Parts: sequence; C-alpha cells; structure tokens
Amino acid sequence: MRPTAPSWLKVLVPIKRTVDYAVKIRVGANGVETAGVKHSLNPFCEIAVEEAVRLRERHKKDIENITVVTIGPPKAADVLRTALAMGADSAIHVEVKDGVIVEPLAVARALKAIVGEEKPDIVLMGKQAIDDDASQTGGMLAGMLSWPQANFASKIELDVAGKSVKVAREIDGGLETLSMDLPAVVTTDLRLNEPRYASLPNIMKAKKKPLKKLKPEDLKVDFSPRLETVKVEAPPARKGGAKVESVDEVVAKLKEAGVL
Amino acid sequence: MLVPTLRTAPALRFALSRRTYATAASPNTLVLLEHRDSHLVPATLNAITAARKLGGNVTGLIVGEEGKTDGAVEQAKKLGLPILLRTSPLLAHHTAEPLAPVLASLVKSGGYTHLAAAHTAVGKNVFPRVAGLLEVQQISDVMAISSADTFTRPIYAGNAIATVKSSDEVKIFTVRAASWDAAKEEGSGEVDAKAAEDVGPEQAKWVSEELTISERPDLGSAPSVVSGGRGVKSKESFDSIVLPLADALGAAVGASRAAVDSGYADNSQQVGQTGKVVAPSLYVAVGISGAIQHLAGMKDSKTIVAINKDPDAPIFQVADVGLVADLFEAVPELTKKLEEAKK
Repeated sequence: MRPTAPSWLKVLVPIKRTVDYAVKIRVGANGVETAGVKHSLNPFCEIAVEEAVRLRERHKKDIENITVVTIGPPKAADVLRTALAMGADSAIHVEVKDGVIVEPLAVARALKAIVGEEKPDIVLMGKQAIDDDASQTGGMLAGMLSWPQANFASKIELDVAGKSVKVAREIDGGLETLSMDLPAVVTTDLRLNEPRYASLPNIMKAKKKPLKKLKPEDLKVDFSPRLETVKVEAPPARKGGAKVESVDEVVAKLKEAGVL
Repeated sequence: MLVPTLRTAPALRFALSRRTYATAASPNTLVLLEHRDSHLVPATLNAITAARKLGGNVTGLIVGEEGKTDGAVEQAKKLGLPILLRTSPLLAHHTAEPLAPVLASLVKSGGYTHLAAAHTAVGKNVFPRVAGLLEVQQISDVMAISSADTFTRPIYAGNAIATVKSSDEVKIFTVRAASWDAAKEEGSGEVDAKAAEDVGPEQAKWVSEELTISERPDLGSAPSVVSGGRGVKSKESFDSIVLPLADALGAAVGASRAAVDSGYADNSQQVGQTGKVVAPSLYVAVGISGAIQHLAGMKDSKTIVAINKDPDAPIFQVADVGLVADLFEAVPELTKKLEEAKK
C-alpha cells in the first residue's frame, strides 16, 4: 500500500441506473413500464465516471481513490460494476427495495451522509438523470454541505497542489468559467468527454474490486417521498407523417398554416 | 405563519402542518426574475404567468449588483406586480452560493408558500441549492399547474407526462417556458429596494464568460426556429444553407446534438433534452433524423417542417410538412421562394 500523503485527493462519483437512453419507453396503466426493459448507467453519470478516471490519468499519483456510489434496487449493482470496469476503485451500494422511488432530496441526504463517512475532496456527478429529468441532486447536495458547486461542466481543470478546481460550465448563450476551492460538487454536461468502453479484462477485474452494501437505515436518513405521483400519461400524439412532393408545396402548406 | 420551529414537539408539529394544510392560506408566490444586459430574460415572463396560475399574490424578485439592475427593474415594474430588489456585489452573476441563501431567507421571512423561476441555466443551477437548504423536494420544468400543490412535468425526455402532488410546506419549482405565455405589461408595481440579506459566501469565484453573439432572435423565445443536423455535413454548409433560411424566415437558429458535436453550431444552440426546449409556431428541421432526445426539445412546436432525404427518418412521424429531398438542393430553393414571397 502507498503511504497516505496529505495532498492526495479522493473522488466520489454518485451514479444512477436508468432505463437505457435508446429505449422507446411505454406508458402503461401504472406509469412508465420499466419491468423487463433494458437499463444501463445514466449517460451523464457515465461522463462523470470517465472524468474521474481521466483526472487520475492526468494527475497520476495525486488521486488516492475513486469511489462510486449508487442508491437503488438490487440490480443497480450492475452499474457499479460498469463504473468499476471503467476504472473506479471501490463502490458503495445503498440498496433499496425494488420499485421504491428515491427522490433527489433523499438521494442528496444519503449522499451527504456518505460524504461524511468517505470525506471526498470532490464529488463528481451527472447533471441530470434521464428518467426523472430533475437535474437537482448535485445542487441540493452542495447546498446541504455548504460546498461550492459547478453545474453543467464542459471542462474541468484540477489544481492538486492548490486544492482547487477551475470549471467551464455551460450557460444559456455560452460558457462561464468558475474557480473554487475543494471540496466542491461538480456536475457533468454532455460535452465534457466521451466515455470509454470497459474492456473485457477490466470487466473481469472489476468483479474483484470492493463493493460495500448498505441499507437506508445504516445512513440514518429520511427517505420518505415528498411528492405523490397522481398520474403518468403518454404525451399527446402528433399527427405527423404528411409528406409533400416539392418545395412549392412546402411554401403553400406554410401559408395555409398561417406561419408565413 | 404556521411554520413549526425545530423545537416544536413532533405531535404538535404534525398538528400544525395539518392545520396549515386544512386552512390552506392563499398562495403567496415569489418569482426570481432573471436578467441580463439590463433586460429581463424572456423565459422569466413565462414563469410569471405560471406563478399567476396559482392564484394569490405574486411578487417578483430581482437580484444583482447595485446600479446594474435599473433596466430590468423598469421593465419588471410594468408587469404589474410588486418587485423586491435585493442588491449585493456578490449577486452580480447569479452564482448559486451567494444567491441561494438570499432566496431561502426571503422565503422564510416573507411567508412565501411558493418559489418559482424559469427552467433556465440559472434556475437549474440555483434552485436545487435553495431546495437543499430548505430541505424541500423541488419540482423541475413545470408544464401545467392544476392546484397550489399539484404540478405537471415531463419525464423520460418528454415521453411521459407526470402529475405530482407536493406535501412540502413550501413549493419550489422551475417553469418550462415553452408551456406558458409570456406575461404582458399591465399597470405598474411598487419596488422595494434593499441590500440583500443573508448573502452566502463567494465560494465559487466567477472568472469569465464567453457568449455567442448573435443578431438573430433568441432561440428560447423566437416565434420560428430553423435547426440543422448531421445531414448538413459541414460548418460551411451550415452557414451557407441553414442560416440564410433562418434569415428568410426571421427565425432563430438551432441545431441537433450531432451538429453541435461536429462543430457546425455552438453548444448554446442545441435543441433537445440536454439543450434547449423550444415550442415556436414554426420549427424547420433540416437534415435532422429525429432521435427521441431531439424530439423532446421541439415536439411541442405548433407546425413542424422536416427536410430529410431518408423517407424513414423518425422526424417524419412528428412533422406536419415533410419533404423527402436532398437538403442541399431543397433548402436553397425554399429560401429563394420565401424571399420571393416576401416581396
């Protein structure tokens, strides 16, 4: 084992298992049908894991540990293994029962408890999950911890010696650059990087990496939901598909629709 | 206000919260009015309309650096709602760390039952932090409001629409601009100006910003939008084919993620689940296949025109007018005919 040096940084990457982005979801009587549907690591979380691994590649010995954490049903262990295969060192699984919805507020509370235990220097996570599209957890966690936050990062420059980070973040109309001392919460946007595929040897190795299981009770956190889902409906269908033959017809149709 | 303190015994706290619920005082809403370059950000006007849907009082809040808010305040006054102006040098860029505690503290001291903002980059950045400080489950991207505690929002990239009922004492939500009309000028409002209280620390230092300067209409609020996709093939053809069509229509310019990733257009022009959500009267998709992530950002447009050479492209399933053609020929022809029609 390497001796611990005070400058070494720990990275915590919260991730989520979601319905795969390429799946065309169906709305049934009880909401969105998720049973038997392909799930995978939320794309923004994948970018966060990739960035954590790249930070270590850039700052070879300065990153002590990359821990991934998920709060989800038993099957969420799959995405932890995916993240381990991409290069994370250890994983924590806060296991909830199948079908239990954990709202961003509860996730943020759970992560706060985990941050208290793990003491990371940077929490790197996706800007939003593609199932609930809330885009809240990172900001909530930063607020609860009173840490600085940089949401929607498209570039991250870590200064290990100065224990600070400079982040270019995507805002309406362009980019904004912020600089902040660690510890901090950073959420990732799409353009930050292109996640790698896990190689077969790394997938095999990932099976041997440590994965700690916890129960919600272990964190002493209130998971009770604040929102009651009244109904979930399919959006109104558009009656598209009307094709025309020529540019003239396009112009005529636009006039007809009153948009010209 | 019947906000139970932490010292209240649990049973009493329960009773109090029940009572608040039963007597359901009329909503008292605070809306964060975002501004930039002496103007209110257009999406903010849509957020005001959503706040008014709740019934009850609506108060606008403008924050910023002293002396740099005058234009926005003048504009906001005409919307006919009382305005709170809270200034501090730290609030110049609407960064989350100084601003979130100001909002949290105003909600407590002002007895607000609802806190709203537009679902813009600022709203998405600051509101979750406020929700974290107040321990409230925020509701993002609200499309419809059926009562003071029941909100409708898109999930799964807009492929499902969920209606949720909040049991939080304070409702914190962001508003999907495309789903609401913009508030119009009506009368005048009083302005209450003060130095901001409980400003948070400047933990994240604002270094710089790089904005894409455009003379075309703002993508989020334009009545028509022309977007280019991967089919446009290069930055040069994006500039020579998509932009003239946009100009002929007086439209804003958008792009698919593929076009942005390939460098044809800027990040801020991306339409879709991860970019901007737009609902203009006219949306013209040029060389865009219509992946669900893109459709999530534009399928509420009134009229959708698609020009694509692949007759099986999913975009044709949502397009009102679909033309199967080579965009390199069809788009310049369309531009020309539109120019002629204007004369």
